[in-house]
Amino acid sequence: MSANHLAPGGFAGSRIPGYDKSAMDMEANITGAILALIARFLSGASVRWIDCQPDTCQRVYFANHTSHLDALVVWSSLPAAIRAITRPVAAKDYWSAGPVRRYLSGRVFRALLIDRTEIKVHKTPVDLMIREIADRDSLIVFPEGGRSSGPDVGEFKSGLYYLCKRRPDLELVPVHIDNMNRILPRGEVLPVPLLTCISFGPPMWLEAGEAKAEFLHRAREAVKRLKEL
Amino acid sequence: MDTETLGLVGFVLLLLIAATVVVSLLKRRASASGFDLAVVETFRVRVRAWWILFTGLAAAFLCDQYLAQYRAGQTVTVVLFGLIAFWALREFITLTPTRPGDHRALFWVFFLFAPLQFVLVGMKRYDLYSTLIPVYAFLFIPARVAMSGDTKRFLERTAKIQSGLLICVYCLSYAPALLTLEIPDPIAAGASATKAGTTVRLLFFFVLMTQLSDALQYAWSKLPSRHLLVPTISQTRTWEGLLGGAASVTLLGTALWWFTRPFPVWWHAASTSLVIALMGFAGGLTMSAIKRDRGVRDFGTLVEGHGGVLDRIDSICFAAPVFFHLAHFLLTGEVAPTGGR
Repeated sequence: MSANHLAPGGFAGSRIPGYDKSAMDMEANITGAILALIARFLSGASVRWIDCQPDTCQRVYFANHTSHLDALVVWSSLPAAIRAITRPVAAKDYWSAGPVRRYLSGRVFRALLIDRTEIKVHKTPVDLMIREIADRDSLIVFPEGGRSSGPDVGEFKSGLYYLCKRRPDLELVPVHIDNMNRILPRGEVLPVPLLTCISFGPPMWLEAGEAKAEFLHRAREAVKRLKEL
Repeated sequence: MDTETLGLVGFVLLLLIAATVVVSLLKRRASASGFDLAVVETFRVRVRAWWILFTGLAAAFLCDQYLAQYRAGQTVTVVLFGLIAFWALREFITLTPTRPGDHRALFWVFFLFAPLQFVLVGMKRYDLYSTLIPVYAFLFIPARVAMSGDTKRFLERTAKIQSGLLICVYCLSYAPALLTLEIPDPIAAGASATKAGTTVRLLFFFVLMTQLSDALQYAWSKLPSRHLLVPTISQTRTWEGLLGGAASVTLLGTALWWFTRPFPVWWHAASTSLVIALMGFAGGLTMSAIKRDRGVRDFGTLVEGHGGVLDRIDSICFAAPVFFHLAHFLLTGEVAPTGGR
């Protein structure tokens, strides 16, 4: 995983070893750009960067989770160059169902699919993330684990903590997604075109010796604070 | 294009250019002498919105002139207003607290009732578009919400959805509906060739007057003598603004009578201008009340960068149905079109 990750043009596929810049990657890129445009129009998303700038350094964007479209909306609100190296972490049972979702998650977002039903001891999601991102990709994670049903931000699962413990150099960027729970609530299939607001907050890190509960609380507060701003 | 339309377009263009020049001058002075920056900024945003609004309208009219030969001479303008209404409704409902139980009802509101209203306007079916939302959507929304089984603040929730649909979609759709009117042409009596031009001027006159009335009421309210109308809602709306604004808009409308010319006599232009000023005021005040209640300054504040479409069109929404009926009455002697096609 070393050779050509700085290939000019920033094609997503060129970063994956064993892949050449082929027509397939081109197509996935174009699909991605179109999809991002559609997603931004449909969600009417306004994007705010609060004490934070878009950057290609390795980051973990962690957001509240209320709808299946969250990953897509956060991903598409990033600038194209950053989008190319940012991969959502998503549930395998949802994103590998059917050819369309499989294509989107596999080729366009290059999502890291987590098997929620079967978590093995030596192949934890955190292992997978650390292996997959190597030293260049950023992640979009939803530490609540599942979608919350209301506008409130649920308690965070500990995965974020273990990820940071092994990679304390990763920049953690809190993201708040406003209104998505009204656009596509749990259990609904058809979206209602309300306006969303995506807020990116100031980066944070896991402090040396910070306890798990303390850290998760701090991270959750960072997301909740963005709602008030 | 006939002389009157050209005159009207020229007048608007001159106004816009003058406003743009004034803005850039004010901006320079503001940075030099500590002139009220907020006022200049408000004005700048308004002028930009006007450019977009009038350029969009003019482009739509031109496309429609071309389409007129296929007997579809209002399609583009109707679609343009439909898109504006859709966006305004998005802003309205986004700021209105709804619950998951409202989801299905909202889906039909956005994807059935809002588009259908404008389709019916385009089809000139006054009998249908005048009842679709106040009757059928009115009955559908509470029934669909009730089926979700969520009864919390039931009446309040359905009323909010209904108001949004009525204000943003139903009322606004009366503006492009002006294009579908069958009115006698005062210039070339009996000639059907200029008929399209007449209704286009009617709509253009209407939009121009709502925007002028907004601007003039704001300008008059900056007088040193200030008697606030409703202090709990607005610190900018004063009696001076309302009276001065209404009077000057009426005068301006009368002065523009020759250019607008859908009306055969001058006092038609005067009375419709006065009504536009009063309804525009009512629209602005009502929307301010809603915004106050929701604790925001603009419908645009939630959606930074989108500028708040609803903030710009509130006066059009309120004035459109009243102007539609009044103009129709003055021109034909009937308050509303009779029959279908």
